Amino acid sequence: MLRLEKRPQPSKVWIYASPLLAVVITILLGGVLFWLLGKDPVAATRMIFWDPIFGDFAAFYLPELLIKAAPLILIAIGLSFGFQAGIWNIGAEGQYIIGAICAAGVALAFYPLDARWLIFPLMIVAGIAGGVVWALIPALLRVYFKTNEILVSLMLVYVAEVLINAFSVGLLRNPDGMGFPGSRSLKQYPAAHNGDLFPNLGSFGSGIHWGVITAIFAVIVAYVFLTRHRFGFNVRLAGQSPRAAAFSGVNPNRLVILCMVLSGGLAGIAGMFEVAGPSGQILGSFPAYYGFTAIIVAFLGRLHPIGVMLAGLLMALTYIGGDAALQPLQLPSASIQVFQGMLLFSLLSVDVLTNYRVRVTAGKVVA
Amino acid sequence: MSNLLLQLNGLTKAYPGVVANKNVTFDIRKGEVHALLGENGAGKSTLVKTIYGLVHPDSGTMTLEDAPYRPADPRAARNSGVAMVFQHFSLFDALNVAENIALGMENPPSQRDLAAKISEVSELYGLPLDPARIVGDLSAGERQRVEIIRCLLQDPKLLIMDEPTSVLTPQEVDILFETLNKLRSEGTAILYISHKLEEIRTLCDHATILRLGEVVGTCVPAETLARDMAELMVGGTLHVPERAAPHAGDVVLSLKGLNARAPSEFGTALRNINLDVRRGEVLGIGGVAGNGQDELLLALSGEMPTAAGMVSFHGQDISQMRPNARRALGLLAAPEERMGHAAAPDMTLIENGFLTGDTRMGLSKNGFLQRAKTRAFAEKVIQAFDVRTPGPDNAARSLSGGNLQKFVIGREILQDPEVLIVNQPTWGVDAAAAASIRQALLDLAAKGSAVICISQDLDELMEVSDRFAALNGGALSDPRPAQGLTVDEIGLMLGGAHDMEVAHVEA
Repeated sequence: MLRLEKRPQPSKVWIYASPLLAVVITILLGGVLFWLLGKDPVAATRMIFWDPIFGDFAAFYLPELLIKAAPLILIAIGLSFGFQAGIWNIGAEGQYIIGAICAAGVALAFYPLDARWLIFPLMIVAGIAGGVVWALIPALLRVYFKTNEILVSLMLVYVAEVLINAFSVGLLRNPDGMGFPGSRSLKQYPAAHNGDLFPNLGSFGSGIHWGVITAIFAVIVAYVFLTRHRFGFNVRLAGQSPRAAAFSGVNPNRLVILCMVLSGGLAGIAGMFEVAGPSGQILGSFPAYYGFTAIIVAFLGRLHPIGVMLAGLLMALTYIGGDAALQPLQLPSASIQVFQGMLLFSLLSVDVLTNYRVRVTAGKVVA
Repeated sequence: MSNLLLQLNGLTKAYPGVVANKNVTFDIRKGEVHALLGENGAGKSTLVKTIYGLVHPDSGTMTLEDAPYRPADPRAARNSGVAMVFQHFSLFDALNVAENIALGMENPPSQRDLAAKISEVSELYGLPLDPARIVGDLSAGERQRVEIIRCLLQDPKLLIMDEPTSVLTPQEVDILFETLNKLRSEGTAILYISHKLEEIRTLCDHATILRLGEVVGTCVPAETLARDMAELMVGGTLHVPERAAPHAGDVVLSLKGLNARAPSEFGTALRNINLDVRRGEVLGIGGVAGNGQDELLLALSGEMPTAAGMVSFHGQDISQMRPNARRALGLLAAPEERMGHAAAPDMTLIENGFLTGDTRMGLSKNGFLQRAKTRAFAEKVIQAFDVRTPGPDNAARSLSGGNLQKFVIGREILQDPEVLIVNQPTWGVDAAAAASIRQALLDLAAKGSAVICISQDLDELMEVSDRFAALNGGALSDPRPAQGLTVDEIGLMLGGAHDMEVAHVEA
């Protein structure tokens, strides 16, 4: 008989080991899934997890990996603070979209002015501001009217999706676009373009754009604040024991606003870098669900900055590897999402080992 | 048939790292009140859980009325005639009395029959209780009656009561004792768990004393000195806190017409509290749980701001200051609930030291934690208050209740407060640790600080207080000098038996 026994304190080993175990379980389950679909499980797993990094076309895939990972990490870093404090911003996707709209709007307002020193920083400010405003709506509603931030932030995602569609056929539509929806491409506007900073590094570029630099910077700053600063302490305290936090002098309303502003701002800046670079234009197809995937990234990374960075890279790998495997293996495109879902699911189940010890006992019945 | 009801023979139960019961052997006779005495952690709970079928012993046997008794679960125990009233009630606030009782029954009768039965039993045993009342509105004493009646409906042969008087006023204790005496005269045996020695001396026929899981003595309480029983319990001589002569100074903290709404649905509103607290005094505040103790502490610590002018410190209005601003002035507090309020269970002791020590001890600079300083502060608390832990890196939840309590109280005392408010400072703490905590509070007052000690333990309050006041329904009585107060006077200050006496006399 298996029995769970509560540990006196959370296991230090399992805090770090459980995400790794979850990845292994997911790969095994994925193998079973491919096998059921009639594919060779070993080849499929290899194609998704191995080839993009070590295969023949790594030079093409590695820059892609950074491009995908940067927004995931940026958003997830912001979310991880709120999640630790029990503040559930589920609407990062919306804040990401609004950040992109604001940044692109600023850039296009100056078009075709050639003043990168002014326009690019202004776009960053606008992207952050857009994300912050969108996150402040659920934050203020929670503080003043006790609404549920999960619902409000989530619903604002749909509002943001409608807005980006409206902008792409309305206010921001490319005047030279023959009536097709979508804004001017920022890739063709040097003052606003967030391009590869080291295009000559590999045969397909380095993949390092300003968003990647910002993401690395965010990881470091988040690490310092979470472990060494009163703000990080308050965040952890409020999540673990709200009453102890109140006793310690944490103002819960201020914490809600700070955490929402932080996650909204980072989602907004991620949207800015995306629209100015890899994506390039405001279009109905701009949303790529980074804001939702970042929730998985945050949890997979244990809500810890370093973990979030690793998890972001791993999640980007499932995107890239999944895309690469779709064609040759003729997988249904939903299988990648199934994969990502399984990852979160197995992590949450393995998590039980952090707080509980599994004991095998002889099954006996006491009369 | 013999006179013996339950025989325990060599019961042993070990948990990882600790032997809770070691070869426990004693008998309970029919129609006796048998006391089980011991400090926290002596193994009383494990033993009664074994009898009630919640814990299965590693070795040893039990015999109930000459037949082997091995209950697989509490249901089996109840079927054999063993009932238990727990220290913490398992009642649903939103349901009425009869519904709560029906929930615990296997084949509940119709609500009407049950209500009639409840009224009948409650009158028979002098425990007035209206079956239709909502449990959320009942006082702690009345809730306990619900639990007792729930047990009595099963006609138990053995009734186990775990610390039944900890939530009662002295008058309510008298009512309970009459009920227990009546049960005894009908032949029901009662296993009575307590560490209150005077109670046991008045009520119990026999006592078995446990220490560290072993039976260390048995006695007839009425013929044994309380002091001797205490020494058996503790296993040494008991250190009684010493106090210097009271020397009250200037008023430090002053409450004027303090009113506050209840912060939660089943909380208590504070009603027009007026109080002056002076340097160098210990003010004891008694009261039955749930009469505004938590709320008073929240209003003083700053977690629950009040209207302007209600709380002042050295004449300065601090009613709306937040906790850290109050700490900076020298007003510190230690709440009742250790896990999750006074301390964060999953954080280390270092972090828990930072939790309140940041402001006064300067543990951060520009918001950044000073690691060495914070660790040194936690280590100082651990050393000065003899907190038993492998080190400050351990999580608070790995500490025993008493050790964490010493840490929590020590953390505030070492910050050199001008006013310290403590709520239930020795709840669930063993006698030796309790004595050292009380001594620390007295020492603090002797150095010129003011101490407000909120407690439900009247013995404790009499031991430390210079003045005594009582909370009842959110209102505070006028403080009176503690010297010379009688138990009856204190009982009346606590609100008597919550208006239930009259009904009792009629019954």
